[in-house]
Amino acid sequence: MAKTSLRIQQLSTGYQQMVVKNVELDIPDGKLTALIGPNGCGKSTLLKCMARILKPMGGHVLLNQQPIHSTPTKEVAKQLALLPQGPVAPEGLIVRELVAQGRYPHQSLLKQWSKADEAAVQKAMQMTDTLALADRPVSALSGGQRQRCWIAMVLAQDTPIILLDEPTTFLDMRVQVDLLNLLISLAHEHGRTLVVVLHELNLAAAFADHLVLMKDGELQAQGCPEDVFTSDNLKSVFNLDANIIRDPHSQRLMCVPTNMPAGAAVQNAPLAQAV
Amino acid sequence: MTSTAQPHSASKLAYSSLGLLIGLAVLIVFFVWHISVGAKSLEFSTVLQALFQYDDSQFSHMIVRELRMPRALIALVVGASLSVAGALMQGVTRNPLADPGLLGLMSGAALAAVLAVTYIGMHTMAWLPLIAAMGALLSALLVWLVASAAPGGATPLSLTLSGAAISGFIGAIISIIHLLNQDTFESLRGWLVGSLSGRDLQELYWSLPWMIVGLVGAVVLAPSVTALAMGDESAAGLGINVVKRKAQLLICVVILTASSVALAGPLGFIGLVIPHVVRMFMGSDYRWIVPYSAIFGAAYLLGIDVLARLLMRPQEIATGLLTAIVGAPLLIYLVRVRIK
Repeated sequence: MAKTSLRIQQLSTGYQQMVVKNVELDIPDGKLTALIGPNGCGKSTLLKCMARILKPMGGHVLLNQQPIHSTPTKEVAKQLALLPQGPVAPEGLIVRELVAQGRYPHQSLLKQWSKADEAAVQKAMQMTDTLALADRPVSALSGGQRQRCWIAMVLAQDTPIILLDEPTTFLDMRVQVDLLNLLISLAHEHGRTLVVVLHELNLAAAFADHLVLMKDGELQAQGCPEDVFTSDNLKSVFNLDANIIRDPHSQRLMCVPTNMPAGAAVQNAPLAQAV
Repeated sequence: MTSTAQPHSASKLAYSSLGLLIGLAVLIVFFVWHISVGAKSLEFSTVLQALFQYDDSQFSHMIVRELRMPRALIALVVGASLSVAGALMQGVTRNPLADPGLLGLMSGAALAAVLAVTYIGMHTMAWLPLIAAMGALLSALLVWLVASAAPGGATPLSLTLSGAAISGFIGAIISIIHLLNQDTFESLRGWLVGSLSGRDLQELYWSLPWMIVGLVGAVVLAPSVTALAMGDESAAGLGINVVKRKAQLLICVVILTASSVALAGPLGFIGLVIPHVVRMFMGSDYRWIVPYSAIFGAAYLLGIDVLARLLMRPQEIATGLLTAIVGAPLLIYLVRVRIK
């Protein structure tokens, strides 16, 4: 993938009221960045403004040094793709038609379906393991299958940067893990830059290369999970009393709330060790 | 893996193209059938001769060219325009009940036309499509404003309710004008229930350029309708300027609706039913839905208008009544089938 950059400078945005205040953020290239924070903290709002869906009230979003909001939107769509929260496919749309929609920015009135379009759709469906679903209506699929199809659509757009708004919400744990594995492989093996709004803290800590913590529309902390995913930060951002422990098998960090009743688990030999 | 991921596999492409050809064939047959039916029934061969080898010494050729062909052409373009308008609206609003009639555009166009004829005393057709377009646009904006003010914004439900309320309100205004102006209204009465009778080619010429603009626009914008049907944010992510594109599509819908109303009055249910039928066979890709809707909408209105003249011979049923009589049960059937 070609080198691209996404920088957020002094960005404020919102709807009628300002939701995101003065955010300064560099999205690391070829990495998975996770935006986390409590409900209503502005993480989705920030993502929408990064995707040019919301206009800034102050500051800039710079895509390859150009302000994204004044770049022609179809040009942006060749650099940056967005998977919105809870997308809905029109009734009757089959999977390959959905994935083919990702090629929209690469087409025009005179340049309809090309070899490159077909190759991109084929590759996107292979990567997301959706080829077997190609002829099924999207509405007939399970939540996890459907989300893989939407990710295939975004992949078919063939952009260096992909933004995803809560792609794992409402899915089974196993499906969430599968999806995040897919996303991390997109970043690490295919050089895509991913920005993902996540709800599940432990998954965010386990998968993100770069963790961005938001509270009340402001950036509280950012960096690698080792630095950001701390008891103090969880307390100040989520008002959550939690221990951060390290899974001895994967070496991933995870949080365990402390204000829980001591249960049978305490008697058994604890596998996890506090860090 | 052997399966290929084209937007339409080869078989679907063939199937879709074949369907379009069959639709065209049906349309041509209905067109000739429509012309052959009348006070004096004509052979299909006579109709074809009159169309392609016109002989002005033959009375039946004159009937075809001067009396019947204009009506058939009007049925064709109005049927195509209304069903394409309905298809665009259903896609963009993600509302299966969207239709130029249900969302208030038709009554707005009708009111504007009634006002122009009754109070300005307009008797030339030249400006009627434009005046009807203003009315359609205003009532569409009004419906949208009322729906947007509802809690939750312009959802399919609030749009449909607001459309029904405003259509009802405009209908009442038209009735009041009717009561106050019994005389001038006699000439409008037939037109107001939707009628194709008594139109001549000149009236078609005033509306036709608008309709062509609207239909070409619909075909050109169709790919983005599929994207808009996936939600505003998805469409914006794909590089569509959502506000601008919706405005362009609204203009197409307004032009198609208004020029149809100017020609044939408010014909209900065509824009609602035809796109539904098309989607049952074609899925959700508007690249196909738009041309299919145009062809099958045209064939449908031609067929309905044949029935309107055949069922109570020698009397004629107003076409608008028949589109409602046939369309309403068809819609109920569609709703039942799709709910399962």
